[in-house]
Amino acid sequence: MTPAPRLLDDTVKELLAFRVAGQDYAVDIMMVREIRSSTAATSLPRAPAFVRGVINLRGMVLPILDLARRLGIGEESDLTRNVTIVVDHDGRSFGLMVDAVSDIISISSDTLQRPPSLSSELELGFVSALAIVDGKMIRILDLEAVIPRHSEEAA
Amino acid sequence: MAIDPLAEIRLTFFAECEELIEALTDGLSALAAGNVGKDTVNAVFRAVHSIKGGASAFGFEALVQFAHLFETAMDELRSGRIPADAPNVAIFFRSADHLADQISHARGGRATDPTVEAQLLDELESLVQWVPEDDTVLIQFEPTAVSLNDFSPVNEAGPSRFIIRFVPFPELFASGNDPLFVLSELASFGYTTIHCATENLPDLEDLDPQVCYLSWTIELQSAMGIDAIREAGAFVEGLCRFDVTELESVQNTISPQALPAFDPEDEAPLTPDLVSAAHFAVAPSPQPEPTTAPLDGSPRPQGNAAPNWAFRNAGPKLASEAKPRDSAAEQRPTVRVDLDRIDRLVNLVGELVINQSMLSQEISAAGLAKNTSIAIGLEEFLHLSRNIQESVMMIRAQPIKPLFSRMARTVRETALEAGKQVRLHTEGENTEIDKTLVERLADPLNHMIRNAIDHGLEKADVRRANGKSPEGVVTLSAGHRSGRVVIEVRDDGAGIDRPKVLATAIRKGLVPADQAMSDSDIDSLLFLAGFSTASVVSNLSGRGVGMDVVRNAIQDIGGRISIFSEPGKGTTFSISLPLTLAVLDGMVVQVADERIVVPLSAILETLTLNTSDVSDLGNSQRIVKIRDGFVSLLDLGVELGYRDLPCDSESAVLLLIAQDNGNPVAIAVDRIEEQRQVVIKGIEKNYGRVPGIAAATILGDGSIALILDPADFVALACGSPKMSTGQLALAG
Repeated sequence: MTPAPRLLDDTVKELLAFRVAGQDYAVDIMMVREIRSSTAATSLPRAPAFVRGVINLRGMVLPILDLARRLGIGEESDLTRNVTIVVDHDGRSFGLMVDAVSDIISISSDTLQRPPSLSSELELGFVSALAIVDGKMIRILDLEAVIPRHSEEAA
Repeated sequence: MAIDPLAEIRLTFFAECEELIEALTDGLSALAAGNVGKDTVNAVFRAVHSIKGGASAFGFEALVQFAHLFETAMDELRSGRIPADAPNVAIFFRSADHLADQISHARGGRATDPTVEAQLLDELESLVQWVPEDDTVLIQFEPTAVSLNDFSPVNEAGPSRFIIRFVPFPELFASGNDPLFVLSELASFGYTTIHCATENLPDLEDLDPQVCYLSWTIELQSAMGIDAIREAGAFVEGLCRFDVTELESVQNTISPQALPAFDPEDEAPLTPDLVSAAHFAVAPSPQPEPTTAPLDGSPRPQGNAAPNWAFRNAGPKLASEAKPRDSAAEQRPTVRVDLDRIDRLVNLVGELVINQSMLSQEISAAGLAKNTSIAIGLEEFLHLSRNIQESVMMIRAQPIKPLFSRMARTVRETALEAGKQVRLHTEGENTEIDKTLVERLADPLNHMIRNAIDHGLEKADVRRANGKSPEGVVTLSAGHRSGRVVIEVRDDGAGIDRPKVLATAIRKGLVPADQAMSDSDIDSLLFLAGFSTASVVSNLSGRGVGMDVVRNAIQDIGGRISIFSEPGKGTTFSISLPLTLAVLDGMVVQVADERIVVPLSAILETLTLNTSDVSDLGNSQRIVKIRDGFVSLLDLGVELGYRDLPCDSESAVLLLIAQDNGNPVAIAVDRIEEQRQVVIKGIEKNYGRVPGIAAATILGDGSIALILDPADFVALACGSPKMSTGQLALAG
């Protein structure tokens, strides 16, 4: 009657790892709805630069964010090679444009580290935690911060 | 604990009330038209009675009191002791209106006017006492048939009597319960007589204060259903025996068979035997004859034979009983469905259609001939999916009748206030229209009807002098015309006083004095903001909100409004609406490689751009000369940020967009692609509001196009510094 304890243990998180502008990031896999190849988006007028536009996801109008631009770490040049991760957050769905999806990793919560508070990196506000997996540093995205609030778009 | 199911039943009650009020006003209209048949009177009586019954179940005291007197007065009518003449029917009408108000109050709406209520109560009271009571009334009383689809679990025959045995197990106190809670809850259901059985009480020295020795027999008279009463015992489930027995009705005497033989001593009450308790609760079935057959192992043939025999014998009787019900209401069976579920279905089918057209494009791109079986199959598929789309759209549609019934009340009240005799005539009230449209049409229609009565119709003496019947007629009609719903408000009044309208417009500076205007141009002036021809601002219309508000409301739901008037004969306002809000007639235009959909209802006309007509006023303001006037020129691509410089090529097309202030604005686009119906998709939920953009849609190739919000777009683009150019533009 006891399933694999690793899965039951809520201190273990499963994350989807991906690469953006040469850096490793990850999001909680429970927030990921699907992964699809990028398609041409219809651009939105007066939208911030990191909003690529909207695409048709089986009848739903899905906004696409250019994650590299959003994090301020570069700009996607080759749109054809990109992958879109569709995430659900707080009842809203968004597509995040990334370079490539790399892995699904399980991380115990106690190995997660808070980002150092003195860091002046630009993307700091978007990273909720850091983890070392196979010697690589993985930044765990804070979707709350990444997804623009309604007021932010109107500006 | 019982809150959730109750709230659900309450919702059903209110939904039913709407239908009952509609049936009530329908019946009263029939009475007013002179149809004083027994069926009509019964239908009206039944409606009031059902509302009263439901309301009492939910404890809406004021509503019950009023409905009761109303019902009593209706009963006088039914027994023929008061005539269904005009004054009486008028009282009933106003009572029905008040009843509707009370229901909406009970639902959480505005409180009702106590003076209106007091006056109506007086009037109804005087109806009831119109003829002194005499004994024949009782004989003439006939019970109304209770329709099977009545709404609540309430017993229509009035309160029922229940016998409840409440025997707490000794350990009841140990769980912190108190029998008093159960008893007081039961007492709140209705009239109770409670007997306490004390024979199990031991002598004082043997008494354990933590053990419950008492048991109760409660006789309850209540309108609540048996389930609701059982619910009262749910708190102490497993800690007591709580058996509810429903007696047939209050009038019936209690037959010994109906009462469950219940003796706490031999039923071994100390064991919490849930099975036996449940069995016990079921056993006193409502069947009048005591069943002798055991529960299982009974000879089947006997069980089968009895219903057959009953059916054969009851056959003719059943048929004769069913007859009046059929004639009373030609009701087709209906289902209540959550609107969200339908919307989801509508969305999915929209996807199906888009998907299908994408498939067609792929196949024709692959170079398959039209006569291949795959192409033929696809054609079939296209046909089917269009059919499905239409059928699904029809689910959302509902008859416009309830809306018209609401307008009947407006007509009555307005006519009373304006001191005019008015009759409402309705046509095509079974025309089906999208549910959301019905709700958003109520205010504009209300306003138009008030206008028609206040401004359109003449006073009775003027009408008589003009050789018309003193009673004015307002006609409300609905119908389908070329894929749209057309609703007309027509009066047979004096028509629009064009010289007066023109003079007012000139005086208010809305048009220059020397402007040559056709009759229909003058009529359209009524839609200008801040226009009112009434010399005295009356209580009814003319509160500064005029037909411009109506026009905006209609345009918001994708409709168009037009006006037609003939002096001395009357005025017709005609509203043309899309069949549904889920789709929109749009013009797909291309600008800077993006496609934008412009709602067709906003476009006045399209013109080719003649670059020599464009003048630059500097400060990036441009105007274009169209015929005799100048109009602000906006480049769609520039204003939406798709390109930096306006496109000045001769191939550009101008869309002339109407504005609320009457001055059109020209929007330049690269080219017009097509005109089509598009399915509206919100972008606000996932993304947020985009300035100047109303929504998005998915085009035939699966790509997304944005739908322009013309008013918002123009307001944004013009901003404040450009308003001066608008002044230059005269009515194009």
